[in-house]
Amino acid sequence: MIRFENVRKRYPAGREALRGVSFRLERGEMAFLTGPSGAGKSTLLKLVALIERPTRGTVLVASQNTARVPRRRIPQFRRQIGIVFQDHKLLHDRTVFDNVALPLMISSLRRRELRGRVRAALDQVGLLRYENQFPLSLSSGEQQRVGIARAVASRPQLVIADEPTGNLDPGLSLEIMRLFGRFNDVGTTVLIATHDLELISRMGYRRLYLEAGSMAGPAAVPG
Amino acid sequence: MDTIARYLSLHVENMTGAVVRVADRPLGSLMTILVIAIALAVPAGLRVMVDNARALSGTWQGAADFTVYLEMAVDDPAAEDLALQIRQRNDVERAELLDRSDALVEFRAYSGFGEALDLLAENPLPHAIIVRPAGTSADLDQLVEDLDALEETALVQLDTEWLERLRAILELARRVVDVTTVLLGLAVIVVIGNTIRLEIGNRREEIEIIKLVGGSDGYIRRPFLYLGLCYGVGAGILAALIIVLGLGLVASPARALMELYGSDYRLAGLSLADMAWLLGVGGFLGWAGAGIAVARHLREIEPS
Repeated sequence: MIRFENVRKRYPAGREALRGVSFRLERGEMAFLTGPSGAGKSTLLKLVALIERPTRGTVLVASQNTARVPRRRIPQFRRQIGIVFQDHKLLHDRTVFDNVALPLMISSLRRRELRGRVRAALDQVGLLRYENQFPLSLSSGEQQRVGIARAVASRPQLVIADEPTGNLDPGLSLEIMRLFGRFNDVGTTVLIATHDLELISRMGYRRLYLEAGSMAGPAAVPG
Repeated sequence: MDTIARYLSLHVENMTGAVVRVADRPLGSLMTILVIAIALAVPAGLRVMVDNARALSGTWQGAADFTVYLEMAVDDPAAEDLALQIRQRNDVERAELLDRSDALVEFRAYSGFGEALDLLAENPLPHAIIVRPAGTSADLDQLVEDLDALEETALVQLDTEWLERLRAILELARRVVDVTTVLLGLAVIVVIGNTIRLEIGNRREEIEIIKLVGGSDGYIRRPFLYLGLCYGVGAGILAALIIVLGLGLVASPARALMELYGSDYRLAGLSLADMAWLLGVGGFLGWAGAGIAVARHLREIEPS
């Protein structure tokens, strides 16, 4: 599902975020991307979502070479990926329902089908009763679950998450990670960046360890 | 069929969304719309006035009498003869002889030179024939030329010169209105463009998020275009109201002025077609202004 081949990323400011990263994540797999802050975890996810482009090397997502996706095709490319952010990135002037419906409205889904899918996604994260509330009236953990519902509402084959539990206490964090596990159980490929080593050691998924822009440790499997 | 229906419903959604957004901040929106409405109403209102003046000057054309002064040597029967001849021309509606002795009486009564006239041995005034032409202004030139060529004629005094001047002034005014229209049209585009630019700035986060979940440029652009359209059409409606109101205010003094000139001309208002034009132009300018702003600023916003 994701394949990195000797990927380098140097930002215009000169900082080298990734120095030759290679790995692959199989279809239906779930993995944690770990490492200290500044190791390049966010950069790696941004390359997957085409928010950034690699300086060198090849990034393949769902068998597409991202280098061959022109700017105007990026929206379509992103629609096959569900993205979850540490700061939720919800629209505060829209209800929970409308936030989750956003990716479905973009692909102009029929209204009835849209309603069904939004409800299903909210049900999966256990927030169906809040559909008419506004995000700011929810707790941080609930807001994050709204963000997750939005990421999975369009049933993407790949979900990526950048520090989804960054602001949550351990109990809530575990709950969120288990939620991702449930989506993985039904076949969704999941890649989660987190520095919460203690949390993920309690879960049995594969770990990719990133340090100073390079893959290290036993998880480094060359593509 | 289904695709078209979905496409249409998307546009309806965007349209209602834009109206809601305008209604959401009534004061700010109203001020924007008012500024645009004034910029639309000024040239449109001036145009209505100039058109009225032109129509009015047109009605005066037939009523442009002129005077043919005869030589002093022409005596009474010859003058009457000549008046008859002129009256029989096709391009003359009426020709009245103003007898020199009658003219003297009139002159004595109205000029205030009565005593000075008494000092003169004889009547200094010639016979005159007042001619009302029947044809158009092209025929008029020929008529004047013919009458001027008669050997009895001393002078043809055309009273239409002021009308010609008025028409030239109106032509100039129209041109000025044209230039004003273009300039204020540009102003409307700038005002709407700037409003939309601010709106884009306000919704920066939203645009980023929509881009992150895969919203295309077209999807992001559409609400802003509709917002511009909304401002433009709203301003068009308000501009029509302003003009109708303004015409209502000048109607009564205009009528009084017309009556002084013995005319029963009524001010022509804004026709339905004019109003449709105003709305159309407003909507187009709004859409265009928004389009320019969106094209310039939407690209700058990228998620990071």
